[in-house]
Amino acid sequence: MTGAVDITLLVNGKTYTGRAEPRVTLADFLRDELRLTGTHLGCEHGACGACTVLMDGRTVRSCLLFAVQAQGHDLATVEGLAPAGGAEGLHPLQEAFHRMHALQCGFCTPGFLMSAYELLQSNPRPTEEEVRTWLSGNLCRCTGYQNIVEAVLAAAAEPEPEAHQ
Amino acid sequence: MKPAPFSYFAPRSLHEAVGLLVEHGDAAKVLAGGQSLVPMMAFRLAMPDVLVDLGGVGELEHSRVEGDTLVLGAMTRHRAVQDMGWLRTRCPLIVEGVELIGHPAIRNRGTVGGSLAHADPAAEWPAILLALDGEVDAVGPNGNRTIRAADLFQTYFTTALAPDEILTEVRLPLPDGAPTGSAFVEMARRHGDFAVAGVGTQISLHPNGTIVDARLALIGVADRPVRAGSAEAALRGHGPTEEVFAEAASVAIGEIEPSSDLHGSSDYRRHVAGVLVRRALTIAARRAAAA
Repeated sequence: MTGAVDITLLVNGKTYTGRAEPRVTLADFLRDELRLTGTHLGCEHGACGACTVLMDGRTVRSCLLFAVQAQGHDLATVEGLAPAGGAEGLHPLQEAFHRMHALQCGFCTPGFLMSAYELLQSNPRPTEEEVRTWLSGNLCRCTGYQNIVEAVLAAAAEPEPEAHQ
Repeated sequence: MKPAPFSYFAPRSLHEAVGLLVEHGDAAKVLAGGQSLVPMMAFRLAMPDVLVDLGGVGELEHSRVEGDTLVLGAMTRHRAVQDMGWLRTRCPLIVEGVELIGHPAIRNRGTVGGSLAHADPAAEWPAILLALDGEVDAVGPNGNRTIRAADLFQTYFTTALAPDEILTEVRLPLPDGAPTGSAFVEMARRHGDFAVAGVGTQISLHPNGTIVDARLALIGVADRPVRAGSAEAALRGHGPTEEVFAEAASVAIGEIEPSSDLHGSSDYRRHVAGVLVRRALTIAARRAAAA
């Protein structure tokens, strides 16, 4: 029973199948098995938030979830954020991060984007304080938080934040 | 991937889950929200041979109000409690405590039952249960039993639950009758960290303005969450004044002997606990007066 099992996941609206041991985290399965490497792994124990993805519309740490547990749920990763891909197709949050210099090395960015996405879904016009509190579960070690907070506020200020995944 | 290999079971019913625990004994561990167990597995502080995932046991996800009692299935996520808007005014102690748990993504997954069964001495749910004199139900091979809050927590990460028992339901008596106020405050090194110390309190006032009932549950100051019984007694019959609260705080910190660690010395923790007792009582009293 510790051996590999078949795992079927719904990610960004597409069905994927792969094989993994039960101990393989969702983060590793996404990256190594499904080759969706947009989700990054920092600490691998739930502290840094880099691996944040959406499950049924809500953020989860994909390093604290085994891939087998995610079966039957609707998953969204950073790859699903931009509808068409390419610079033209950036999600308003990605576009704001780009414009406001909210990333430097970019390692933590996928996690910040997914966390900010959930925030704006539930609270489309957050205050700066609300953005800071909400994003406190995501760590950045190079850009600093100021521009990230400003980018989220800028995206929130835009008319009609999009609701696609 | 850092956890050691394990066998994974996803039972669809409690009966099936208990059967798995009986079959595998000490080798098995129950997986609820996984926000504490999975990090422990990543560090290999926990290396269970068998994981019994309760994620598919639908009967553990209910929540309802029965009379003056909030009933939560063990797999109720922290987020679901946070989203109970009415609870914020009825019993702010609960919502404020829950909001201090980790971060949004943690609260989306972590569960009430998981937190209680894990019994971290600095966790919020055990203090909420203790402050409200709540109780939990557990099911095992010999059937159901009820465990009162005061009997549940034994020492660090240790509860009265047997290895083949599963915590199924949590019952929290909500304030009724007398004007009541409550609050949960804590001090952590960083937002979302486990508390250096924390206090959950609820006080009820007599029509003449004196305190008729007071509860103080402290976290981070002992091997388990503790009630400051002598401080509660010192509050009863007195008016909710600054002097009375200061006296209660000094009695409360006389009752505890926190250990020292990286996050704070014993003296520092005692000092913080005293400040938090006063702060929590002040907020709760203001709310009781407005109730």
